[in-house]
Parts: sequence; structure tokens; C-alpha cells
Amino acid sequence: MPSWNVNDQKIPQGRLALVSYVSVVVVVLLMIGFWKLQVVQSGHFADLADRNRTRSIPIIAPRGPMLDREGRVLVDSYPSFSILLLRDDPKSLEKSLPQIEEGLGISRADLQQELETAKNEPKFQPVVIKPAASQADIAFVESHRADLPLLELMMVQRRRYPQNEMAANTIGYVGEVSAQQLEDSDGHYRPGDIVGKAGLEREYNDQLEGTDGMRRVVVNSVGKVMRTLDNVDAIPGKPIQLSIDYDLQAIAEADMAGKTGAVVAMDARTGEILAMLSKPTFDPNDFAVRIPQDEWQKLNTDKNTPLLNRAIQAQLAPGSVFKIVMAAAMLESKAIPESYSVYCPGHANFYGREFHCWRPQGHGTVSLHNAIVDSCDVFFYNVGKQLGIDKIAYYGSGLGLGKRTGIDLPSEEPGLMPSEPWVERVFHHKWYAGETISVAIGQGAVTVTPIQLARMAAAVASGGTLVRPHLLKNDPNMKTESFPLSDNTVEQVTQGLYGVVNEGGGTAYHLRLQNIDLCGKSGTAQLMSYDAANRIGTKKMDGWFVGFAPRRNPEIVVAAIVQDTVEHGGEAAGPVVRDIVKTYYDKKNARTQQTATNDAPAQPPITKPLVATVGVQQ
Amino acid sequence: MKDRPQVQDFDWTLLAIVAAICALGVMEIYSSTHASAMAGMHWKQLMWLGIGIAGMFLISRIDYHTLLDQAPVLYMAGVAGLLVVMVIGSTHLGAKRWISLGGIFNLQVSELMKLIIIIVLARYFSEVRTDRLTLPDLVKVGALTIVPAALILKQPDLGTAMVLLPVAAVGAFIAGIEWKHLAIGVVLVALLIPFGWNMRHHLKPYQQQRIETFLHPEEDQRGAGYQILQSEIAVGSGGFWGKGFGKGSQNQLGFVPVRYSDFILAALAEEQGFIGVCVVLLLYLGLILRLVDNAQKAKDRAGMYVVMGVTAILGFHVLVNASMVIGYMPVTGIPLPLMSYGGSSTAFVFLALGLVMNVRMRRFVN
Repeated sequence: MPSWNVNDQKIPQGRLALVSYVSVVVVVLLMIGFWKLQVVQSGHFADLADRNRTRSIPIIAPRGPMLDREGRVLVDSYPSFSILLLRDDPKSLEKSLPQIEEGLGISRADLQQELETAKNEPKFQPVVIKPAASQADIAFVESHRADLPLLELMMVQRRRYPQNEMAANTIGYVGEVSAQQLEDSDGHYRPGDIVGKAGLEREYNDQLEGTDGMRRVVVNSVGKVMRTLDNVDAIPGKPIQLSIDYDLQAIAEADMAGKTGAVVAMDARTGEILAMLSKPTFDPNDFAVRIPQDEWQKLNTDKNTPLLNRAIQAQLAPGSVFKIVMAAAMLESKAIPESYSVYCPGHANFYGREFHCWRPQGHGTVSLHNAIVDSCDVFFYNVGKQLGIDKIAYYGSGLGLGKRTGIDLPSEEPGLMPSEPWVERVFHHKWYAGETISVAIGQGAVTVTPIQLARMAAAVASGGTLVRPHLLKNDPNMKTESFPLSDNTVEQVTQGLYGVVNEGGGTAYHLRLQNIDLCGKSGTAQLMSYDAANRIGTKKMDGWFVGFAPRRNPEIVVAAIVQDTVEHGGEAAGPVVRDIVKTYYDKKNARTQQTATNDAPAQPPITKPLVATVGVQQ
Repeated sequence: MKDRPQVQDFDWTLLAIVAAICALGVMEIYSSTHASAMAGMHWKQLMWLGIGIAGMFLISRIDYHTLLDQAPVLYMAGVAGLLVVMVIGSTHLGAKRWISLGGIFNLQVSELMKLIIIIVLARYFSEVRTDRLTLPDLVKVGALTIVPAALILKQPDLGTAMVLLPVAAVGAFIAGIEWKHLAIGVVLVALLIPFGWNMRHHLKPYQQQRIETFLHPEEDQRGAGYQILQSEIAVGSGGFWGKGFGKGSQNQLGFVPVRYSDFILAALAEEQGFIGVCVVLLLYLGLILRLVDNAQKAKDRAGMYVVMGVTAILGFHVLVNASMVIGYMPVTGIPLPLMSYGGSSTAFVFLALGLVMNVRMRRFVN
């Protein structure tokens, strides 16, 4: 029998019993371990389990479309896909980055940047790494569901501007909500949300943006959606109908192509803006998807300032257009008799300084009417000298110059109507009387925006009613201010403005229209003094034309400026005003004709049904 | 006294506990796989159980003294088998662990090695014939254990390699380890654990990855930390009463890694709650106590060592697996005996239980 098999040793019962006791202790310890997880911390882990299995997928509400006054689509939205990166698991995130980088063609630097930006957000909030996924990108995400569960597709609504650059500065653009806005919104916005950043998109953001919905789904461990738990539908943003008339806007855009400047066309009775543009401009579609950094840099630093809405933000010398104010001030203040006349030799001397008339050979003897029609500078130098800056400022301000019109657009600039108190406040010296002479022809310190000039002209022609310009059709908050002008003043000034376009010697005779009482005033603002300009030999000027029709209580008023032109205002800016006014009347006549031919006009003409044109394409 | 061992002498109480554990296992395997591509897995597990039970009866027929007689041969064969695996073993997902047997059954030599080490150490400890183990004795025990453990670690299969150690430890304790040796041993292990843990991180990250990849192929994109967390979430969210059979989201949606095998206790904990876990743990405690009882009643020390070897391995499995599920131990791929799905591991447990029956049947035989 082998040695090991000799059964002469007793079983060590004590040690075996000890093993039993240890086993009992171990099992009790394990139970305590389970107790801690399953009873003490069960709420916490139940939360984690819920968070695991449910995923909230936002349903992005489409922004409301913008329609023109006849229901034509200027801006709408379309569905598209964004690619999200989930980052609740940093380890696998780090591992997946190279593959994502390659598969979606996003640089590592960009990815890191996105993650860096979102690092203070809760970990379960995914980041948008590709806002406009191509078909190939979507296919990549779908085919890598198993090994790249960190990628997720989200349907989003993207802004579309079918007319591209048309009225871009007015309409504005959208972009991702900024860090500041996020903070201020008090939880209303999430990172990556799209909000209006400029123009109408910003002004009416609250109406345009809908309420995002939420779909809660159950996902399995590789992120596959197993079933939907509940669904809160998105509430689309409300459409807004603009007062802009596509046809007038299109004419203005065509006329201004390639130029620098701005156009504002307004219903003189209501303040509804019929067309508004600023050139050069940009394509808001570029902003609809996240705009690349360098592109944004370019737009912002471009010395042609494409992001500036010149119609409300360019503060420019009004030039001879200001003579409308001067004429009204002269008549209304009665400081100078109506019959006042001046001999214009082409220049005049005030306070020891030589001031030129735009026509070097002079206008001869001119009265108020001819001074307006021929735009005689010397006449208005004298009027200015006699009125003094305070009276000029009173009427200028009264007619809305040098202050914001209150249009429903962000960042309107006020311009400047200088006065003695202003000079003393800002420059701490007395007003130089010589300055008044310059201001009298809209040069010097006085600056205005195009929309102020349009409003001023409309006000003068309608007896002093200042409308508040606005871009919503049938705006219930229509406001007017009053700066009453006597009928005689209105009659005399508008006769002059009628003459500018319709009398042989007028500065804008070439603009006259058949059957339309187009009135207006040209203006040519010097960018430098006559002497300096003559010395250098260039004649870069700002050419203005402000026109309206009919002569009394006009329906439409248009202000246009073409900058950096060598032409005078009548030639440079006049045609666009004429074309807009003509188009306006052509449409109006067509409408009345149609109404006349229809025995029983049961349906409103032309206006298309509002909703039919707002379909979601693709 | 009887002359022949009888099947009636099987420990039917022990087998009743085993049957209860197996039933819970099959049930949970069904729950966690029926709605997935792996549906029907519980039938396969039942098949493994059948094979295991047959093996148990077979091994109980061979007198354990005969087996212990052959211990050196078995040991040599086992080590040789492990070497063969290293050379010609089929590589499956990055680890060499299998010997292909005619294409149907893949023999996992390391599982057999667990049985062999029980027999070899039982033989060794009964040969020592003292109640006081000397240092040379301990070194020999250590050497006998370390050689196959190192070979298994090479596969790499950290879990199974570790499982060999408690057989030696428990055996040495019963054989009469001196307190100072025990103290030194405890200190050594305490020092080695953090060292080994660091090795795992700094020296062989690829090996670590390979282990993970092998153990959890379908989860290989996510690290072990994620698995532990998901397991903890499953356990914790189960609460006191559990979410109900087939209703655990962590389990059903696949968040619990290999929920039908290594993490089956997490799946059960989620669906059956703390109550269910207590039932399972008490069943295992009953199993262990019943095994120790068998050891106490063994006819000789050899039989006792065999039974305690089995006890050590099963106890270690339960301890490590349950600790892993609640995040107290790292993921090492040690299944929960009798519950986790798997052919080789189920077969091993029943063969081990066969050894226990073997000893029990012969307690009255002369």
C-alpha cells in the first residue's frame, strides 16, 4: 500500500469547521455588497439604467417661413441631417476619434474644438460634429452603428433662402446660438440650436422659432432604437408675411447689381417697406449651415462691409436731398419771405471762405422753385446763413433726420442732425457759423440713413405725417408721428420736387414717367472738398435720389444711394427709383384693370394662397 | 458496513441544491437570450448539464484511490496537454485555449487541469502525513501549482490560472500550515495583488485587451470599466424585489456584458432583485457547507483533500464572480459555477462533483 494511502490520520474537523465559518462570513459580506447596490443605492442605479435605455431625441421645429406681401416664399426651411457625437463614455470616445476623423472627413483639430466647447455641458448631451450630413456621411454612420455607437443622426431643419442674396441684409441670417445667448436664455436654448442672428431673422426670432419636440426612445447597448416611448411633436414656427413686394425688390436688386449702396422703397401712407436692399451683400444660405471660420472672417473684415445694412446703418451726408428740409424750413419758419431770390454766379463767399455751386457757371437769379429744380447751392447757402443752424436742426429733426426711425430691424443707426448744443456738448467749442453753410446743402456734420430720407420726403409731401417704417404686412403696431407743415409749404416744396423730374431744367428730367407724377430730389454728396477733388482728379461721390409719387400724399416713396460713383445722384441713383415707382404703378394698374374686367371679383386678385407656397420640399 | 459503493449513497441533498442552482441558471439564460439572436441557448445549456451529469456518474465509479494512484501520470499528461495547446492549440479570438477534437468538441485543457490539480494536491497533502507543513513542503506545493498556472496564464487565461491557487491554499491550511507561513503568504499576496494589477496596466496592455476581447467579443469596443459599470447598474437598478422575469432593461437590451454567462448573476440580480440574489447566495452557501460536511465525513484524508479541493475551486468561483458583478473585483472571466452558460465549465463542475460523490460513496467501504 502506498504511503499516502495509509489511513492513520484523523480528519482535522476543527480546520474544516473553520472553512465553513469563513464561507458563511464571505456569503454574508457578499450579501452586504449586494444590499448596498440594490437597496441603498438602488435609486441612483435605477436612474442610470433609465438613462441607459432611454434616449431623448429632439425633434427640431422648423422656423417659420418668410413670405412677401403676396405670399411668395422668401425664406423657408427644409429637413436635413446632423451628425451627433455622444460623449458620455470618454474612453471609447478617444478610441473612436481616428475612425470618425477619417470616415466623416473632419479634422482632429475641429473635433477637439467641438468637444472643448461642450466640455462644461452635461456629459449626456451630444455635440454636433457635422451639421449638414451628405448621403455618404449618413451611410457611414448607419453602417458603423455597431462599432461606432457614439455617432447618432439627428433630423434637423435647415434654413433656406431660395432667392439667395435678395434682401439679404434685411432678412438677415441664422446661426448657432452663442455662449452668451445660451446663458441668457435660462435653459431655453441648447448648444447647437439655431437662432436668428441678424435682420428680420433676429428681430422676429420669437415668432419664427417653433417649439422643439422630443422623442423618447428605448435603445439597446449598441444604440439601436428598439421602440419609441413617447413623442412630443414639434410646433413649427409661425410664418411671417413681410410687406416686401418681391417684384419691386427684384427690380431694385437688378438695378443695383454690382454697385455699392442701398435702396428703400416704402408705402408712404403706412410705412410698410416694399423693398429694401444693401449692396454689396452676402448669401444667407452660407450661414444656414455652420459657416467656416475663414468665411466668417472674410465677411467681417471685408472693407466693403457686406454685412452692413446700408439702408438703416450707413450714416451718410444727404447732399442736396437735404434741400427739401431747407426749403420746408424756409417756408415754415417764415424767417425768409417766399419771394426771396438770389443771384448765383457759381460761387459765393461767406465768413471769408469761398463756397462753390455745383454748376460752376452759375444759375443766374434763382427763386425757391428754381433753386429746388436746379438744385442751386448758392441759394441754399444764403437760406442757411439766414436761418442759422438751430432752425435748420429743428426742422431736420422734426422731419426725422438724425434719429432712428424705429423700423423693426436690429441695430438701426441714428445718423446726426448737428446743432449748437450738440457741438458744445461733444466738441466743447462754439458752433462755427461757416459750418451752417455746408449743412445747408447737406454736407458737413449732418449725416442720415437712406430710410430717414425716404421717411422725410414722404412726411413733407403728406403734410408732416411721419410714418414708422416696418417690414411686417398689416403690422398692428402702426405708429405715426406728426410734425405739421402748412399746406402752402407742402404745395410749394412738392411743386419744386415735381419740377426736378418733370421740368426741362430739372436735375432729374431724364427720370420722368408717363402718367405718373414722380417727384424727387437728387443729391450728390462730396466725399472730399471741391478743391481736394480737383487736385486729385477723381470725383468719387455718393449719388442720392429720393423720389415719390404722386405729388401730394404720396403712395410710394423710394430712397436710393449709389456710393463711390462718378455720376451725379440723378444719374447714379435716379433710375432705380424710377424703375421701382414704375413697377409699382404697373402692378397697381394691372390690378385695377383686372378688377374692372371681372364682373364679380369673387376672389382677391394676384395674391396667392399663403400656405400653398410654403411646402416642405424633398 | 457495505462492501460495494452504491448510487443510493450519492449525496442527494447536495444534488438537490445543485439542481436548484442549475434550474435558476437555465431560467436566467432563457430570460437573457430568448429575445435575441442567441435564442435557444437554454436548451444547449440543458444538454451540457446532461453531459455533465453523465460524466459525474462515470467518474464516481472509478475509486478515487485509483485516480490518486495515477496522480503523477495525470499531472504529466495535464502539463503536456497545456504545452500542446501552446504549440498546436486552435486560436480562438486571440487566445490559445483549445484542442480541437474531431471538430465537434473543443477540449479546454485548462478545465481538465483544474480536476488534475485537485487530485495531485490531494495526493501530495496526504503523503505529507503530518499536521505541520514545513517550508519545503509548502514550496513543493507551490511549485506543483505554479507550473500549470503559469502555462494557463500564457494562453492567456488569467481567470482559470488563478482558480488553481485556492486548491493549494485551502489544502495547505487544512494540512496544517504554520501561522508564520500563513502570515507571510497573506502579506505576499497582498503585495502581489497591486503589483499584478499594475503589471496589467503598464506592462501588458495588449494582453489585457486580448483577454477582454476573448471573453467579451461582442463588447470589445468598450473597456472593462464600462462592463463593470453596466453590471453594477443592472444589479443596483434591480432593487429589492427585482424588475421581474424577462423585464430587466439592462439585461434585455444587452447593456449587461455576456449576461448569459460571466455576468449571469447581474442579470438575475436585475430581474429577481436582492431577494433573488439572497436565494442564489444561500444556495451556494448550502452547497459549500454540504461539501465541507462531506469532507468531514470522508473515510480518509485523501478523500477529504479531494472534496476540499473541489470546495475551494467552487467557492473561489462564486466569490470572485459575485464580487466582479458588484464591482469589487476586476473582470477576469471566471464564470458562476452551474449557472453561467458554458460547456467546459459545466462539465468541469459535474466531474468535480463526481469526485465528491466518489469519496462519499466510499466512506463506509473498506
